[in-house]
Amino acid sequence: MQYMALIYTAADAGPQPGSDEFNAYIKEYQSVTEDFKQAGVMVAGDGLQGTDTATTIRKRDGKIETMDGPFAETKEFLGGYYIFECATLDEAIKYAAMIPTARFGSIEIRPFMNYN
Amino acid sequence: MNSPQIHTQNAIERIVRKDWGQILAILVKHIGDIQLAEDCLQDAMESALNHWHRSGVPRVPMAWLLQTARRKAIDRIRRTKNFESKQAEYALLIEQENNHDYEMTREAIPDERLRMIFTCCHPAIEEKARVALTLRTLGGLTTSEIALAFLDQEKAMAQRLVRAKRKIRDAGIGYEIPDREFWPDRLNSVLSVLYLIFNEGYRASSGDTPVRHDLCEEAIRLTRAISALIPQEPEITGLLALMLLHHSRSCARHDQGKLVIMQDQDRSRWSADLITEGKRLVVEALELGKPGPYQIQAAISAVHADANKHSETDWHQIALLYGQLYTMTPSHVVRLNQAVAVSYAQGVDAAIGLLGDENLVDTLANYQPYHATMADLHRRRGDIAAATQAYKRAIELSDNRLEKNFLGQRLLELGLN
Repeated sequence: MQYMALIYTAADAGPQPGSDEFNAYIKEYQSVTEDFKQAGVMVAGDGLQGTDTATTIRKRDGKIETMDGPFAETKEFLGGYYIFECATLDEAIKYAAMIPTARFGSIEIRPFMNYN
Repeated sequence: MNSPQIHTQNAIERIVRKDWGQILAILVKHIGDIQLAEDCLQDAMESALNHWHRSGVPRVPMAWLLQTARRKAIDRIRRTKNFESKQAEYALLIEQENNHDYEMTREAIPDERLRMIFTCCHPAIEEKARVALTLRTLGGLTTSEIALAFLDQEKAMAQRLVRAKRKIRDAGIGYEIPDREFWPDRLNSVLSVLYLIFNEGYRASSGDTPVRHDLCEEAIRLTRAISALIPQEPEITGLLALMLLHHSRSCARHDQGKLVIMQDQDRSRWSADLITEGKRLVVEALELGKPGPYQIQAAISAVHADANKHSETDWHQIALLYGQLYTMTPSHVVRLNQAVAVSYAQGVDAAIGLLGDENLVDTLANYQPYHATMADLHRRRGDIAAATQAYKRAIELSDNRLEKNFLGQRLLELGLN
């Protein structure tokens, strides 16, 4: 099964950009990504820029409405994701728990829709 | 109804009661889907009703049902539209098709119930659904029985069960015994589900029946089964001991429709057999040298069981055990129980001192036992005004008629002294 691990965090949580801790944190991400590849579970993974770069659109009555920022005002935002290929939820939990942000943010694990 | 029919009916009821969980657990392993497995077992039960009273109950009814349910499963799966593409998935089941062993011995039938309980108690499932699912799949209770036990609407309970089964299937919750790295968390979830079932039976939090023996006995039966399948795990043994020791007092807990608290119970009505077994298990568990919260609670219950009269209770020992429990699970509820023991071991003032923490008072503000305990402590100190106020609050918070009556009686007695 494929699972998406959605990485949620608040802007003020965890190491802040520019600090030594932040550099170590980025290195840790590189290293776990390598671990996921080695384990054969890595399908994809990316980080997203901050919500200040986000644009939300919706289409109503055939017209595109464009808005600045995220649609809903929440403290925790989606910061990135991994897609894992795993046999069971427990296996996905095991790898999701290795994501560095799990220590101060939270990881939501969602199975992909099965269209068969 | 003629007698072979009754015989068949009884045999089926016995199976549902005793073997449902074991048969279903094997079917789920082969079919992979709990709902489908349940439907097939239900089909097999209906076949049994017809066959058995015509040709007699088979020598090993469980083996007959298992084989019949497997055939029903293959039939159902063959009828699905993409059977061809799914053939690999059902290899295990199809392989069994040529197995005509309707007469295999009970001993030859595998026990897959551990996979089942770990799946049903997966922490990714909502807690109430874990409890309901465990009772349904392993206990063989019907949806309406479970709804009744938890004072829930049958429709709501049915939806809860459907949602939980769907989550297991769609989220890919494995049908397996968890890896060592997940073990503590997962075992803990299994034990807490079993204890929730027991407690729901022991102290019905609402409604008029104070003890629903069936749920207590079901919890004990399941815990025994799990304990036999995972030997040398002291917390399982501890939980079983705890249930047996609590259950040993169930006959003495009410008298002519009134709730009787432990200090007033007729101890000759406590079950000596359950106490003996419970105490033996506490010792066995503690000897493994890995104490845990269930073992400590069982040990506390065992100390109570040792006293012939309430006044002979070794309160120092109990206060120490609660102290130890508090270091393992530092909750206000444990502190409250510790305070009761301290009130007998060292005096009421020491107990009230222990409960002075502001955070505790806030957290337990709507917790009925807190006010009932405070009322009792104030009463014993001779502070009638404070006791009256606390009893009134406790009565307000109780949703159990027998409990309300008991507290009301206590309140009445205050005025008489």
